[in-house]
Amino acid sequence: MDVLASQLFTGLSIGSILLLIALGLSLTFGQMGVINMAHGEFIMAGSYTAFVVQQVISSAGVSLFVSLIVGFCVGGVMGVVLEATLLKRMYHRPLDTLLVTFGVGLILQQVARDIFGAPAVNVATPEFLRGNIEVLGVVLTKSRLFILILAIVCVAILAAALKYTSMGRRIRAVVQNRDLAEVSGISSRRTDITTFFIGSGLAGVAGVALTLIGSTSPTIGQSYIVDAFLVVIAGGLGQIRGAVIAAFALGVLHAVIEYSTTASIAKVLVFVAIIIFLQVRPQGLVSVKTRSLA
Amino acid sequence: MRLSRRMVAAPTALVAIGLLLTACGSRAGDEAAASAESCVDTSGDTIKVGSLNSLSGTMAISEVTVRDSIRLAVEEINADGGVLGKQIQVVGEDGASDPATFAEKAEKLIRQDCVAAVFGGWTSASRKAMLPVFEDNNSLLYYPVQYEGLEASPNIFYSGATTNQQIVPALDYLKEQGTESLYLVGSDYVFPRTANSVIKAYAEANDIEILGEDYTPLGSTDFSTIVNKVRTAGADAVFNTLNGDSNVAFFREYSNAGLTAEAMPVVSVSIAEEEVGGIGVQNIEGQLTAWNYYQTVDTPENQAFVAAYKERYGDNKPTSDPMEAAYTSVYLWKETVEQAESFDVADVQAAAGGVSFAAPEGTVTINGDNNHITKTSRIGVINGDGLIDTVWESDGPIDPDPYLESYDWADGLSGN
Repeated sequence: MDVLASQLFTGLSIGSILLLIALGLSLTFGQMGVINMAHGEFIMAGSYTAFVVQQVISSAGVSLFVSLIVGFCVGGVMGVVLEATLLKRMYHRPLDTLLVTFGVGLILQQVARDIFGAPAVNVATPEFLRGNIEVLGVVLTKSRLFILILAIVCVAILAAALKYTSMGRRIRAVVQNRDLAEVSGISSRRTDITTFFIGSGLAGVAGVALTLIGSTSPTIGQSYIVDAFLVVIAGGLGQIRGAVIAAFALGVLHAVIEYSTTASIAKVLVFVAIIIFLQVRPQGLVSVKTRSLA
Repeated sequence: MRLSRRMVAAPTALVAIGLLLTACGSRAGDEAAASAESCVDTSGDTIKVGSLNSLSGTMAISEVTVRDSIRLAVEEINADGGVLGKQIQVVGEDGASDPATFAEKAEKLIRQDCVAAVFGGWTSASRKAMLPVFEDNNSLLYYPVQYEGLEASPNIFYSGATTNQQIVPALDYLKEQGTESLYLVGSDYVFPRTANSVIKAYAEANDIEILGEDYTPLGSTDFSTIVNKVRTAGADAVFNTLNGDSNVAFFREYSNAGLTAEAMPVVSVSIAEEEVGGIGVQNIEGQLTAWNYYQTVDTPENQAFVAAYKERYGDNKPTSDPMEAAYTSVYLWKETVEQAESFDVADVQAAAGGVSFAAPEGTVTINGDNNHITKTSRIGVINGDGLIDTVWESDGPIDPDPYLESYDWADGLSGN
């Protein structure tokens, strides 16, 4: 019983990390159709932001919260620069965006290596997030609880922003039918930039969160990017609700399989499960009828 | 469009000439390999050696430091008058963390640069790729990293530990401490799997229970399930053969889950001084490592080595086991060449047995039967400064036994 509950928590925790990473991707890939392979490197930028901020602010607790904000901005600005310099030239050419952003990702990794060195750097975890709390015999590590809450907060803010603000309405309008939005007086150019800023910024936030559980090294983004794409595709392109369900489902599935088999087998079986699922439901978990032709 | 004959003829001729050239080239190559005639030039004031390490790619983080210590040893030897009166000239090459590149560059160093010996390699995959190149060309490789054993080539000198000089002493130490059960955690590739088969054979013979064995893909960063399994299994200790970044995630998860070095120690065989910084000292302080050398080893030779290294490369650079083994291997080559009074491979091979050197880790001696060296084994505990203090060391250097022939329990292992 304890084991089951522990693994359930583990699954939710893996899911929340996947969700944090996939959330930004769900905006840029799902809604804009840009396959951004450099998303992983925006995550890395967030992690190194946490490292740099911690060099300036020695209190690990304060620096974590400052890093979350600065990390969002750093990721966002990098995204906007990428969008404005390269991606805007290749909308509707998804394969080109894949190649270009893959190249940009490799360059960013090398830049990080040159600035910070190849070995992993250490971002200290704040005192209040070290260790664990035990609830009914289940050990919940505090840093993973924090990430779970952070993921929920991010989803809530993003969903509310898309639903209730005029900016959110513009984004949804452009996604559903770009031409109709344009003739209605919405600048799709400005909306693209805003969307990319938010999506990439969320990658930065995810990067800051990852410093609590893993290593901060130039290749950190590589470990997560494929899983994040899987979540977005399985969830249904551009559907935040779908991404949430897919992330937690994959997390729990992974945790349960891994407990009874091994890490390598779990990875394979989850992959197989996704392939089978997409055969049955190619559009993903959640799909929305739009008036656009795409 | 008309297709003129010339347009067809020109490329055909080019291809034919190309084929002819490659045929000649490969025949010339085969002849060189068959006679294995060395092109090493010993007539001048200098002698060339190769340094072949990954300066790019995923292994660069570890191997650049090895290259640096090879250079340090060469500079010291040159300042001291060189080898047989000749100055050593290092030809550096980048193996790019890719076994095929290692093999290709090794061939280039031997055939084109005509080096007398090559120092380098890290992963077992890179060594296995280079082995046939050194055997076919009858040249010498000095390989400086601890590895899984079960190998011995007349063309490779192994200056890192084999299993009986690192893993077996670590198991002996755990047993002495009263360990009755173990949990094995490792990365999913050749070294951890071979190491764990040795550990399981030892455990069976020594009444130690193996409560679990888990592998994660290289680079894996989620250890919550494995740590859950480890905690539930309640082993006396964990034997860790994880490599690289995975260690960071593992130790963070381990300490956050409330598992401590006192309650359930982790013994690691591939975390050295330079990795501790990235893991964060607070997450790993008090945990154990098994190596032959630590920066804190208290010998006059080591004090000189550490001081020289820091002076050359910076005060904040720690020294580690593979760096020490690489440094030592250059000196071992020098001693052997001077013993043989020749750079010729056959003479060096014949003279190697019994050659010894006062290394930073303590005196080491080449075993002429298997080309490994004797090494002192040390168990260390990671201290609050990120360095490693020795808590146990063997009574003097241990003879290398790559095929574990002196252990009855290892009978079934030597086959592969």
